[in-house]
Amino acid sequence: MFNKDRWREIIEVLTTNVWRTVFTAFGVCWGIFILIVLLAAGKGLENGIKQDFGNIATNTMFMWTRSTTKGYQGLPKGRSFEFKIDDVAALRDNVPNLRFISPRNQLGGFGGNNNVVRGIRTGAYNVYGDYPEIINQDPMAVTAGRFLNYNDIKEKRKVAIIGQGVKNDLYDKGEDALGTYIKIQGVNFMVIGTYKKNNSGGGEEGQKEIFVPFTSFSQAFNRGEDVGWMAITANDGSSISQLKDKIVDVMKKRHKVHPEDTRAVGYFDLYEQYNRVESLFGALKAVAYIVGIMVLLSGIIGVSNIMLIVVKERTKEIGIRRALGEQPWSIKKQILMESIFLTLISGMVGIIFGSLVIFGINSLLDSVGPVDMFMSPSVSVGVVTGALVILMVSGLLAGFIPAQSAIRVRPIEALRTE
Amino acid sequence: MIEIKDLHKSYKMGSNSLHVLKGINFKVEEGELVAIMGSSGSGKSTLLNILGMLDELDQGTYTLDGVPIKNLSETKAAQYRNKFLGFIFQSFNLINYKSAAENVALPLYYQKVPRKERQEKALKYLERVGLKPWADHLPSELSGGQKQRVAIARAMAAEPKVLLADEPTGALDSKTSYEVMDLIQKINDDGNTILVVTHEEDIAHMCKRIVHLKDGIIVEDKKVEQVRAAQYV
Repeated sequence: MFNKDRWREIIEVLTTNVWRTVFTAFGVCWGIFILIVLLAAGKGLENGIKQDFGNIATNTMFMWTRSTTKGYQGLPKGRSFEFKIDDVAALRDNVPNLRFISPRNQLGGFGGNNNVVRGIRTGAYNVYGDYPEIINQDPMAVTAGRFLNYNDIKEKRKVAIIGQGVKNDLYDKGEDALGTYIKIQGVNFMVIGTYKKNNSGGGEEGQKEIFVPFTSFSQAFNRGEDVGWMAITANDGSSISQLKDKIVDVMKKRHKVHPEDTRAVGYFDLYEQYNRVESLFGALKAVAYIVGIMVLLSGIIGVSNIMLIVVKERTKEIGIRRALGEQPWSIKKQILMESIFLTLISGMVGIIFGSLVIFGINSLLDSVGPVDMFMSPSVSVGVVTGALVILMVSGLLAGFIPAQSAIRVRPIEALRTE
Repeated sequence: MIEIKDLHKSYKMGSNSLHVLKGINFKVEEGELVAIMGSSGSGKSTLLNILGMLDELDQGTYTLDGVPIKNLSETKAAQYRNKFLGFIFQSFNLINYKSAAENVALPLYYQKVPRKERQEKALKYLERVGLKPWADHLPSELSGGQKQRVAIARAMAAEPKVLLADEPTGALDSKTSYEVMDLIQKINDDGNTILVVTHEEDIAHMCKRIVHLKDGIIVEDKKVEQVRAAQYV
């Protein structure tokens, strides 16, 4: 294989007609270039969309109550009910493989009135009563102070974590928020931390939230045992989509809802949405592969064609070599190696050009700043290795017919062509 | 060295077949220099091709150095050609992108002789044909006579049992023809068995034995007094 003479011969053959080789190589080069660029573009789109999901735990569902639509056990239809704090423990006991269950309560909301006051400044913000686990489901970076902990929950401390946006509204520039008080619907809370969310999902709104301990929230705002809604995350091994029916059933049973009442418990399955996007990218990738390989195929046919011509041109030489005692297999190997070498080299040039283009797009994106739904297009090492394997195989295929026709040349016939 | 018994060969030309060799019996001892003569169409090239294992016989037996040659696979035939035979062609058939030395080394390459040894041997044989200074030249930079001498060096490089020459002087003027024949005679003097196909009387008489072929049979087989080519050079 790594035989100096053989390689010299390969180089010799491919350089005797340089332009022909270059044009043939271009076909393969172009094919692999298209493949790489398409895959990178798909990846860029994927990165862009996934960016919007941020690092939210995607294996998550949200669940809330609505009014019943069927009467059950003597209770009328149209009855409204609330989740209770005991439901969390009940879910833990009855449904396995749940990682986080966060009951939540909320004040304010879109278009709400001003509900937070500090000195002479006021603002309208979403205020959540939460357990410490929520930071795993709705990730945020704590920029100062700390997040909620279980002592806050247990002692019902009136403390709050405020978003960067809230701080900008209620505080002077450079003012330290920690240890100060804000008044939420007339109740004073001490600010113990500030956070910043880095996903674009919440956008401006995401920075304007206030988190207080669930228990203090319930007491301060008269929620008693009620739970507004829940965020439930499954363990990594299992999917929330499969667990959600069981979760909803447990809730129905506890709140005397008719088992066939599909509307009483509302939920949103983030994982399902995420999967839908995932499969879209799968399809996109498949399309990129199909288009790329189709284009590559025409390049491969070009190589095969040229190799046939090369064999034809060298008929006499092959005849001489066989008369001198070269084994048919050795001739076949020679043609195959020429074909693979040509394909591989031109493919690598294609990969290099593709990478340069991707690099160019990346630096362009860096200089103009983030673009909607598109971010850092790239191809992985795996894809490049895959492309090389595809090239290797296609070079082999391209050389196969010419090699076969080369050993079908009988030396006597080859020598007769004058 | 070579023994042929009742050799028949015919070619199919469409519906009718052309009977080219019609029962050849022929024996060559070691160290002989035999000319095979005949007009075109007499079957001399076909005979040489069969002797060279480039073509298969239809009927009869062919034994080369005690080895029966029959129904060989391409791989086996290539092996035997490499081991037993050296070819010299009318049109030289050098590989034009390889230097003289590389051309000579080619049969050794197929024998998987190591590179260094190959080069040494190639130079040795080029020296024997008087072309050592041209070792690095491409065939296109050599004259016809020189090319044929490179081809002869190549044929000898693998140290074959028999050299087969198909009209070795056919493409050369008479002066270079004699030079080439002189070389062939000298190689024969060293004890090599050589078969020369030719249709030129003077070339044939430079061999030690002339076999006349006509219409696929041997009409005459005689020993002759060898004319040394050296006197014309």
